[in-house]
Amino acid sequence: MIRHTDLASAIEANVADGDTLALEGFTHLIPFAAGHEIIRQGRRRLTLIRMTPDLIYDQMIGMGCADKLVFSWGGNPGVGSLHRFRDAVENRWPTPLDVEEHSHAALANAYDAGAAGLPCAILRGYLGSDLAKVNGNIRSVTCPFTGEVLSAVPALRPDVAIVHAQRADREGNVLIEGIVGVQKEAVLAAKRAIVTVEEVVDDLTDVHPNATFLPFWTVTAIALVPGGAHPSYAHGYYSRDNAHYKAWDAISRDRDSFLAWMKDNVLSKRPEDFATQAGRAA
Amino acid sequence: MTDYTASEIMTVVAARALRDDDVCFVGIGAPSGAANLARLTHAPNVTLIYESGTIGTRPNVLPLSIGDGELCETARTTVSVPEMFRYWLQGGRITLGFLGGAQIDRFGNLNTTVIGDYDRPKVRLPGGGGAPEIATHCGRVLIIMAQSERSFVERLDFVTSLGHGEGGEHRRQMGLHTQGPTQVFTDLCVMEPDPESRELVVTALHPGVTREAVTERTGWPARFAEALSETPAPSAHELATLRDLQERTRRAHGEAA
Repeated sequence: MIRHTDLASAIEANVADGDTLALEGFTHLIPFAAGHEIIRQGRRRLTLIRMTPDLIYDQMIGMGCADKLVFSWGGNPGVGSLHRFRDAVENRWPTPLDVEEHSHAALANAYDAGAAGLPCAILRGYLGSDLAKVNGNIRSVTCPFTGEVLSAVPALRPDVAIVHAQRADREGNVLIEGIVGVQKEAVLAAKRAIVTVEEVVDDLTDVHPNATFLPFWTVTAIALVPGGAHPSYAHGYYSRDNAHYKAWDAISRDRDSFLAWMKDNVLSKRPEDFATQAGRAA
Repeated sequence: MTDYTASEIMTVVAARALRDDDVCFVGIGAPSGAANLARLTHAPNVTLIYESGTIGTRPNVLPLSIGDGELCETARTTVSVPEMFRYWLQGGRITLGFLGGAQIDRFGNLNTTVIGDYDRPKVRLPGGGGAPEIATHCGRVLIIMAQSERSFVERLDFVTSLGHGEGGEHRRQMGLHTQGPTQVFTDLCVMEPDPESRELVVTALHPGVTREAVTERTGWPARFAEALSETPAPSAHELATLRDLQERTRRAHGEAA
């Protein structure tokens, strides 16, 4: 079993065409380096799950990696549209994209149910919303105790969860701090888990007893990629590159400028380049 | 200081609706500006919650995203996203939700999903995010939206988040005990639901705004309250606080360039 490895090998060994992937990180710790590596390795027909697709899925969709997206909010936060996502839905470019659309509450519950080994998640959700009319995976169950009709959605069980974290130790234990999002749930719901980290230390000492901690035996592969969450951020290491999120609007609006940007900044780069990019944003 | 923009008065008037003891679930953009302006003026003890998990946050600059580091660094505590939606929102701990949208109808229902047909949309919008459950689980909901006949529409292309549904007692018939939208703040006026029909009625016009201007920019036949009032203009203190906040924000977001 591999644990500490390089990112290219981790993706090569664990991500196959047609897999269902969850690259999570709620605004914070988004695994951009891993997403770029998947693009470089030319994976196809992926089902991509993410609460907030963000720039990373905009890029993967625009490069033709995905044929399905499971999501709950597909915008560029505080800026506007994800233009590659829109182009795929509105114009089927570069390929048609099937969407399964939920609310945040439902997807958060669905990850939790996946981690808990349950077949579905139950919530008091979607009341009065048309989402249930367009998504056949939003159904209902009746509470056997009160008779209340509640929403049910299938548990999420990705083939692979990919997250970025601050630190891992030699043994392969992982520490996540700050806005922890749904990363723990996504990792525990998935069959395999890849973690990129800012730093590898000998031992994770003086960790708070209630910290978000993934024991080594829940993780399949760990790759050291300093800056690997850029242009999102790593609490304690570098801040969110809000200027880049704003600049992405113009870069991604046009197919040619998008492809040119991807060629220069993804296809011809390597995971090691993230350290410089994040350093610039710090 | 009497000069202010339409966007500024919209934010200032919305901010006034927050109470010092509110626990407010804040959306990004205009709601975040208004909620933080309230905290920096008349409601210093208001609890602001962002769906990224930050509870009791006091950001010095407005976040660009719902999960900027500033929110976590200044929060009382940060919880996971499943916990946020299950215990805090669905659990009924939030008194006030703050929403916007691309389209609103006369009953305060909101569309943030698509313009046109769902399967072949003319415009694919970001989607619901937290809004469908914010709309039903918060004690009351404030809506902030710039007004135009394209956004204040007779019929929504898609109902993302429930307002007062088809009006009247619709929410109650669905088993909901929360109030739903209690006020809509635009760049022209304030609207509130009629106590019985729940149709939005214009209750206050911002200074210098005419009924005709509101009618023109409302996609349904606008109704005006008998006791129509004029919104008090932003005070010098409100404007200075808002502009300082926006200037700090502008500098902070530009620095990374």
